[in-house]
Amino acid sequence: MTQDEHKEGFKGMANPSRYGIERVAYWLMRLSGLGLLAYFIGHIYETSNILRGRVGWNEFLELTQTTEGHIVLAIVIAMCVFHTVNGIRVMLGHGGVGVGKPARPDYPYDPASQNYRHKIGIYSAIILAAIAMMYGLAVMFGE
Amino acid sequence: MAQVSDVADNQSSQTKTLRIARYNPEKNSEKQFMEFSVPVEKWTTVLETILNVKQHQDHSVGVRYSCRQATCGSCGMIINGKPRLACFTKVSELDSDVVTVEPMNNFPIIRDLAVKFERLFDTHHKIKPYLDRDDTELESDAKEFLQSPEELEQYIQFANCIKCGLCNSACPTMATDSSFVGPQALAQAYRYVADSRDKGKDSRLKIIDESHGIWRCHFAGSCSQVCPKGVDPAMGIQLLRGYMLGFRS
Repeated sequence: MTQDEHKEGFKGMANPSRYGIERVAYWLMRLSGLGLLAYFIGHIYETSNILRGRVGWNEFLELTQTTEGHIVLAIVIAMCVFHTVNGIRVMLGHGGVGVGKPARPDYPYDPASQNYRHKIGIYSAIILAAIAMMYGLAVMFGE
Repeated sequence: MAQVSDVADNQSSQTKTLRIARYNPEKNSEKQFMEFSVPVEKWTTVLETILNVKQHQDHSVGVRYSCRQATCGSCGMIINGKPRLACFTKVSELDSDVVTVEPMNNFPIIRDLAVKFERLFDTHHKIKPYLDRDDTELESDAKEFLQSPEELEQYIQFANCIKCGLCNSACPTMATDSSFVGPQALAQAYRYVADSRDKGKDSRLKIIDESHGIWRCHFAGSCSQVCPKGVDPAMGIQLLRGYMLGFRS
């Protein structure tokens, strides 16, 4: 951030606290996207271990069978579910679906684009992600 | 008489602390806050407290304002962390003993609370904010371009924009991307694209179809939440994108 342009910078972009659940969803979408990208890169590295043969593959796979490995995978499940469900909501919104119709605004000017359909979509994404994560934890730790 | 006394008590003046960000780019290296005690009534706006400070305590505070009735769009600033119009924000509605005012984010600072609007006006001008067609009302047989109430409804909301810049200040993309067109200009692009009298849709869509154009909007919706005129730029941008993706014609 330069003082000249007075940009709010990454700190302002990442601050989810001031503009309601929509900004929280925006922030979670970025975070889960980056998390999934990191997982994807790690996953490519993980699967490349098959070139080390059965022993090398099994050795590396054991890393995911630890408590830390299970927790990381559970977070990946949550990120994947949230990113998918919220992504569908955002894609529909980007096509102009469910964002309301233009009309003469009345005070106090509640924005039609921030309507209950999108709020339900966001809360659904969060709840489904939490359920999927808990299910994943139950399966992994229930072994 | 007792009723009169109650009314007087309810309207009695309180004292609040006003924290004003002070910064002169020619003299200071960073922002500093100065605190002032200001009298506040139930109806006092943030702009009135700033003008009170200028009148009675420190006349050097830099602030831009004009109409004092949310029409000119001059007094946008960050008030207790959110972009708002100072003349449209009552101190009582902030529900805080301390009111902090800072210059709008994502705009270069001229001094203290006044920011430069050049880029906002440049991007606004870029999207051709006027009816774009070859003929004129003077040449037309009808002498005027008729429009039904339904056609008017398609864009009238977006014609309420006062170019205050609050939406650009709240936008998370504007926070990091210096080249982004911004929600204000994109909403205005929709305003003219949706106008049945306009014939410049294709050229306007071409202008915003660039790497730092409409595709940088991620539908965070913060622009719509801070708009003091109910413009809802987020809706306009998504509807505009609907045209570009073929969902709308």
